[in-house]
Amino acid sequence: MIIRVKRPSDVPSSEITPEDVYLNRRRFIRQAAAGAAGLALAPSALAAMEWPSPAGPGQQVDYSKLKSELGEPVNSYKDITHYNNFYEFGTSKTDPAENSGDFHPRPWTVAVEGHVKNPGSYHLEEFLAPYKLEDRVYRMRCVEAWSIVVPWRGFPLADLVKRVEPTGDAKFVQFTTIVRPSQMPGQRTDVLPWPYIEGLRLDEATNPLTLLVTGLYGKDLPNQDGAPLRLIVPWKYGFKGIKSIVRIRFVEDMPHNTWWVVNPHEYGFYANVNPNVPHPRWSQATERRLGEWRRRKTLMFNGYGDQVAQMYAGMDLHRWF
Amino acid sequence: MRTKRVVLALKVLLWVGALTPTVWLGAGAYWGWLGANPVEKLEHVTGMSALIGLLATLLVTPLRRVTGWNPLIRLRRPIGLFAFYYVALHFSIWMGLDLGLNLSWITDDIRKRPYITVGFTGFLLLIPLALTSTRKSIRRLGKRWVTLHRLIYVVPALGVIHYYWSVKADVRIPILMGVIYATLMLVRIPGWVESRARRSARAARARREPRGSPASREGSGTVPVGATD
Repeated sequence: MIIRVKRPSDVPSSEITPEDVYLNRRRFIRQAAAGAAGLALAPSALAAMEWPSPAGPGQQVDYSKLKSELGEPVNSYKDITHYNNFYEFGTSKTDPAENSGDFHPRPWTVAVEGHVKNPGSYHLEEFLAPYKLEDRVYRMRCVEAWSIVVPWRGFPLADLVKRVEPTGDAKFVQFTTIVRPSQMPGQRTDVLPWPYIEGLRLDEATNPLTLLVTGLYGKDLPNQDGAPLRLIVPWKYGFKGIKSIVRIRFVEDMPHNTWWVVNPHEYGFYANVNPNVPHPRWSQATERRLGEWRRRKTLMFNGYGDQVAQMYAGMDLHRWF
Repeated sequence: MRTKRVVLALKVLLWVGALTPTVWLGAGAYWGWLGANPVEKLEHVTGMSALIGLLATLLVTPLRRVTGWNPLIRLRRPIGLFAFYYVALHFSIWMGLDLGLNLSWITDDIRKRPYITVGFTGFLLLIPLALTSTRKSIRRLGKRWVTLHRLIYVVPALGVIHYYWSVKADVRIPILMGVIYATLMLVRIPGWVESRARRSARAARARREPRGSPASREGSGTVPVGATD
C-alpha cells in the first residue's frame, strides 16, 4: 500500500505549481465536469496535488504522529471514534459508538446509476478493486462549530467519476445512505427523514480533494464513522460527508440533501466552511478543535481555499451558503 | 419534632442530589473522562441541572397542595438557590472556558444569537431573586417581595426556549421540558382563581363592614409569604 500524507514543511501546491499546469488542472476539472474527454492532462494535473509519502515501503506508520499540511496533529483514534454525528445510531455524540455494534458493513453492495455510460451494482470488494487507496490527513469542521483532524484512507472520487463516464446530462452526484432500521436504532425514530441524502456538483465531486473513504488510522472504517464507505469533502461542513453509502447517482438537478430538506433556512446545498456566514443561530467565525481548550479562528473553505475557491468564483456565498 | 426531622432529611437528600452533577463534573474534569469535548459536556450538564432545578422550584407549591403537607415550602429556597448556582456555573463555563473570556465574542453572541440572548436574560432575571432570598429581604420587601419573585414563572420558560433553540434537530428533550413547564404552570391556575376570589370577597366584606370587625381579620396572617403562588 502506498501511503501519501502531506507534510507541514510542504508549501501549498498553488505556490509551487507552474502556472500552465495549474491552469491545465482547472481545465481538467472543468472538462471532467462537462463529461468531456481531454483526460490526457490528468497525470500532470494530479501530480501537482500528490501527497508525499511519510514512510518508505514496508515501514510501519504511526498514525497518531501524522500532521496536516498546516502542521496540526491528528486527533486520537479514541476521539475520532467516540465523538460522532451519525443520527442513524442516535443523536448524542457518544450514541454512534455505543449503538453501532450490531451493524454489519459486510456484505455490502454499492450501486452506481443515473447519467453514466457504465452504471452497475457491485459488491464492495469489486467496487473498490480498481482504485489505489491512499492516506490523507484532513481537517473536518462540523457545522456545530467543532473540528477534528483525521488521517483518512480512501481514493479520489474523481477516479470513480472517470471510470463510470458521466454523460452530458450529469450535473450533480447524489449519494444515499443505507436504510436498515433493524441495525440502526436512530432510523426507528423520525429525527431526520430517512434515507440520508447528500450531493455534490460534478466539479466538486471531481476536485482532487474529494475522497471516497474506506478507512482511518490505517484501518477499515469503524461502524460509527460510516463503514464501509463514506464521503469526505474537507472544505465543506461535516454533514456533507455522507456515511454508509449504498447508492451513487449522477443526476441533472441539484439533489435535495437531508439537512437542507429539514431546514432550508439554516442548511444549504453547498455548505462550504465559511467564517463570514453565520449559521442563523450561531457564529461560524470560530471553532473548538477537539483536544484544545482555546477556540481557534475558522479558516475560509476550512483552509483549502487554494484548491477549491476557484469553483465558486463570482458566486454570492451568503446566498449559496 | 417529627416534622423537623423529616424536613432535615429532605434537605440532606436535596443537597446530595443537587451537588451530584458538580462532583461528577469535577471528578470527570480531573481524571479526564468527560469525553472528546469536555467544555461542551460541562455546558450540557450544568445547563440541564439548572433547568431541572428551575422546574423543581415550580414543583414545590403544587406538591404542597396535593399532599397538604406545608413544611415542603422550606425546600423551595434551597432548590431555587441551587438552580441559580447551576445557571451561574453554566454561564461562567460558557464565558470563561468556551469563549475564553473574549469580550467581543461574548457581547457579539449575547447581541446576535437569540438563544444566547434569551439564556442571558434568564440569568440576569435570576440575580435579584437570589440576592433577595434572605429572611431579612423577605421581611423588608413585604408584598413587593412576592411581586418580584413572580419572575420565577418567567425564567424557566426562557431556559426551555434557550435549550430548544440551541438544538440542531433532536428537540425531543427540550419539548419534554416545555411540557413539564406548561403543566406546572397550568396546575396553578385553580389556586390563583381561588385566591383571587377570596381576595375580592374579603374586599367586598371590608366595604360592607366596619374596620376591625372579626370578619375582616379572617384568614389574614395565617398564610406564609408567597404561599398563594
